Parts: sequence; C-alpha cells; structure tokens
Amino acid sequence: MRFLTRRIGFLLVALWAALTVNFFIPRLMPGNPAEAMMARFKGHINPAAIHALEVAFGVNSHQSLVSAYFAYLNDTIHGNLGISLLNFPLPVSTVIARALPWSLGLVGLSTIFGFIIGTALGAISAWRRGGLLDNVLPPVFIVVSAFPYFWIGLLSIWFFALTLGWLPILGGYSETVTPTLTFSFVLDILDHAVLPAFTILITSIGGWILTMRNNMITVVAEDYVRMARAKGLKPRRILWQYAGRNALLPNLTGFAMSLGFVISGAILVEYVFNYPGVGFLLLQAVQSEDFPLMQALFLLITMAVLIAIFVADIATALLDPRTRTN
Amino acid sequence: MRVLERIGRTLLRVSKFLRRDKKAMAGAIILFVLLVITAFPSWFTPHDPSAEIYTPGTGVSWNHLLGTTSFGQDVFSQVMAGTRQSVLIALIVGFLCTILSVIIGITAAYTGGWVDDTLSLLTDVVLVIPTFPLIIVIVGYVKSAGFWLMVFVLVFTGWSYGARQLRVQALSLRNRDYLLAAKARGESSWYVIFVELIPPMTSLIVANFLGTSLYAVLAASGLQFVGLGNINEQSWGTMLYWAQNNEALQTGLPLWALAPGVAIAVLGSGLALLNYAFDEVANPALRPVRATKIKAVS
Repeated sequence: MRFLTRRIGFLLVALWAALTVNFFIPRLMPGNPAEAMMARFKGHINPAAIHALEVAFGVNSHQSLVSAYFAYLNDTIHGNLGISLLNFPLPVSTVIARALPWSLGLVGLSTIFGFIIGTALGAISAWRRGGLLDNVLPPVFIVVSAFPYFWIGLLSIWFFALTLGWLPILGGYSETVTPTLTFSFVLDILDHAVLPAFTILITSIGGWILTMRNNMITVVAEDYVRMARAKGLKPRRILWQYAGRNALLPNLTGFAMSLGFVISGAILVEYVFNYPGVGFLLLQAVQSEDFPLMQALFLLITMAVLIAIFVADIATALLDPRTRTN
Repeated sequence: MRVLERIGRTLLRVSKFLRRDKKAMAGAIILFVLLVITAFPSWFTPHDPSAEIYTPGTGVSWNHLLGTTSFGQDVFSQVMAGTRQSVLIALIVGFLCTILSVIIGITAAYTGGWVDDTLSLLTDVVLVIPTFPLIIVIVGYVKSAGFWLMVFVLVFTGWSYGARQLRVQALSLRNRDYLLAAKARGESSWYVIFVELIPPMTSLIVANFLGTSLYAVLAASGLQFVGLGNINEQSWGTMLYWAQNNEALQTGLPLWALAPGVAIAVLGSGLALLNYAFDEVANPALRPVRATKIKAVS
C-alpha cells in the first residue's frame, strides 16, 4: 500500500513538473517568441482567438504570472488545450486525434515486435555463451545503435525505394487512393508502413538484445538455475521458464517506457518518411511556430510516458516480490 | 614524484586494457583519428568546405572523392570540416553531464536524509520526462540553436541517468569497512569522497561519460537534421539538413546524404565500443568467456 501511494505521489509530482516546465519555457526565452508568433498571426485569425492566445502565453495581459500559472493549470486539467494555428480553426485535440492512429499503428506494432525479437535473441545469445550469436550480435548491434536512426531511414529509402523501386518513398498512403476501408487501401497503408517499420525495428532491436543478454548472464549464474539443471529439466524449459522470466523483469520498465513513447511516434523516422503521425506533427508545429499545438503534444507525450512507467512499476511489484520491500 | 608514478601506472594499465580488448582498441583508434581531424581540420580538407565554386552534382572523382553538392561544394571537405563540431559537442556535453551526475549522485548518496530525498526526486523527475520532445520544444521557441544553446539543452536534459547510476553505486560503497575506517580516522569528508569513494567508481564514471557523449552526438545531429540547429554552421547534422532539403537522394546525389550519416556513425561506434568495453570492466560477469573455457579443458 505504501508502495502504491509513493508511486502515485511520484506520478503527480512528475506531471506537475512537466506542466510547469511547459508553462515557463516560452516565458523564459529571450526575445519573447510568443509575441513574435502573435504578430505573425494577427489579421489571419479572428480577434477572439488572438485574445485566447494572449492569455495563454501571457502577452499584453495584465494578469500576474502567478494567476496566469494557475489559470493555465486549471485549463490543462480540464482538457482545454487551445486552438491549433497551423490548422486554424481546428482545436488542438482534433488535430492530434487525427495523427494518433498512424503513430499507434506504425510505432506501436514495430516497438512490440522489436521487443519480442530482441529479447529472444538476447536470451539465446546469453544462454549459449561464446556461441555464434553471442559473438556476432553484440558488436554488430553496438555499431548499429551508434547510427542516427533517421539516417537508417534515409539509407533504406535510397536502397529499397529509389534504387530497387520496391516500395513507396513517402507518406502514410498514396494520394491517388481514396481513404476508405477497402482491401486495396489497407494494402496501400501496409506498403507505406514497411520501410518506416523496418527502420524502427533495426534501430530498437539492439538495445533489447544487449540488455536482455546482460540480465540473462547474471541470472544464469544463480543457484536456482543450477538446481533446475541438477533436477534434469529440459534446457529449453530452464531457458524460458526459469532464467528468461526473471531476466525479463528489469526490462519491463524499459519496455513500458518505449510503449509510452509510441504516442510520440518515432519523431525523426516519421519526419524522414513524411509519415502523418504525432512525431511528424510535432515537428510541423515547431516549424510553423504553432505553439499551442507544440505544448499540447509535449504534454500528451509526457503523460503517456509517465503513465506507462507507473503501470510498469506496479506490474513489476506484482510480479517480483523483491521490489516490494524498499 | 608519486603523482608521476601514479600517472605512469595508470597509462600502463590503460594500454594493457586496450591491447587485451579488441573492441576497446577499435574504439580508441577511431576516437584518436577523429581528434586529430578536429585539431587540424585544414590538413584533411582539400577544398574550401563552404565554397560553392565547383561543378554542381558531380559524382565520385579524384578531385572530389565524394562528389559535389547541388550547390557546387565538395562533399569530402564538408564531412572533414564537420568533424570538429560533433566531436566537440560529444566531449563538452559528455564532460559537463558527467560532472553534474557525479556531484548530484554522490552528494545524494553521501549526505543521505532529506538532501538525498530531494536530489533523488529531482533526478527521477528529469529522468522520466521525455528528453527528445523536451529538447525539440525548448529549441522550437528559439528556432535555431547555435553551438552553445545546443550544449546547454543537452546538458540540462542529459545528466539524470548518470546521477542515478552513480548514486546507487555510491550507496553500495558507503558502508564498506574501508570507508568507515577512513571516517573513524577522522578524515575530512572531502578526503573520504575524493580519495576513498570516487576512485573505485572510475570505470562507471568513464562509461557514463562515453554514454552521454554518444547521446549528445545523436541528439544534436537529429536536431540539426530537422533544421533546428544553426543551418549555417559546418556540421554533419546541417549537411544532412541541406541534403534532405535539396532532395539529394532523389536527384542522384546519395553520397551527399549518406556520407555525413556514416561519419556520425563512425564517431558513435567509437564511443559505443569503448563504452561496451568499460561495461565489461565494471561488471566482470559480462567479460567474454571463451578464454577461461579453453584453460579449463587443457
């Protein structure tokens, strides 16, 4: 119980910190970026919206910093995120809701597959210490993890889409296809998802391999694994049911964090492929100085990650009694 | 004299470590070459990297080893000239983050009580707030992050992981007998921290430096790639930005976009290989097992 209240307390503190950072960054920046944005949009959007923006970013308002801060907290808690300038007059929440399914589909699935494949490979390579997998995988993926992952995207565009012409270069679906729920449209979406998914898979898998391998090496040396061997259990059963399960536990938090990051999309990969997900949207918001959209996206991403970590902590505590006694 | 002797012994140990570990050796050679290029860029740039005076969009030739850009710049010279910024970002951000991590992590562990609670909470909060989106938001308000703003943002977001690791290790050392003995002798806190507590943590601190440097290189080049860096600075990230904006891949100039990426990866691999080797020093269980097996058989 004490554990639970501590974790909930931490979740709230972290959320509050994120909100506060979000509030103060534009106000601490030199040259008042919000004012510059306002000047650019004046005349393009209606006065009521301008006024709302002025309140939100503290421009020309006689509100004190403290009361502006509390008004902002109140607005955010009630889900009032403001209006997107890039897609005026749509509210920020509508714009995000449009991008969300793309990121969830693409990044969600490739994150889960990356985790499963990487963990399995890591476990096997630790199990056969000094074997072929154990000698080849770690150095290969150390080098792969040092590549900027957006660059792997560029490379795969150049090779698979441009040189070989197998797959489309950009976008979430072809512009010539009408977005309806038909078989050919689904195929078209899958066609566009292959290269970005491949990029995410290649760059995420190495981390899982290395951490799982390192955990597994420690676990395999434990007495209960030796005991299982002495009992004459099948090696495969020891590998997955005894050692693997326990080696997996420390990785749960990491996996949950990356599931939280699914919401944010794979920012740079989506950018390279012009994939219409949340990450691409965040960069578009930054480039067109759509500050309300930018702030809302940052909050959404932070909340997703925090909640994912919270769930992982609870799950770890339920699965592993050792972590409960602090 | 004693100091010289100590330095000599450390150098000896480092060279022994490098000779024994192939991964560490490869990493060290890569970093050494890049440091030389950083120190003397003019030795390695056959052409002026920013001059737009050559035939645009030519392929590989003796005069232009990696071809030219669509502006008529020499790609090879640009890659060489861009080395300096990435290496400096890696070293400076890695160094500053490590200093911060050591100060915060060790203060928390050594002092305990409410200081530990506060610092740990701060560390954990910074740790869980998504780093890359936060960096994008901060830089987004400024539009173009020059070198020092980039360094500041990366340090601000990058110290927490190391602080947490160092705190955990310092906590596990805190109640060892030799530390208690030093305290019982009446040594000052400074002596205990610098002479007794920090030296056993060296490999973790070095691993932490290398890890943070790698993070800095990748994050900085990502930001520059999407145009959030200073697009007029000479760096691998901005090269990628210009290549992408001029559709280098689609217009038959793939080397313009691929070469800076390989350069980033070379620097990154150097750091990652050394880091991995230091991990094996810090955690003996991870060391390769083949050698011991052969001994057991014979």
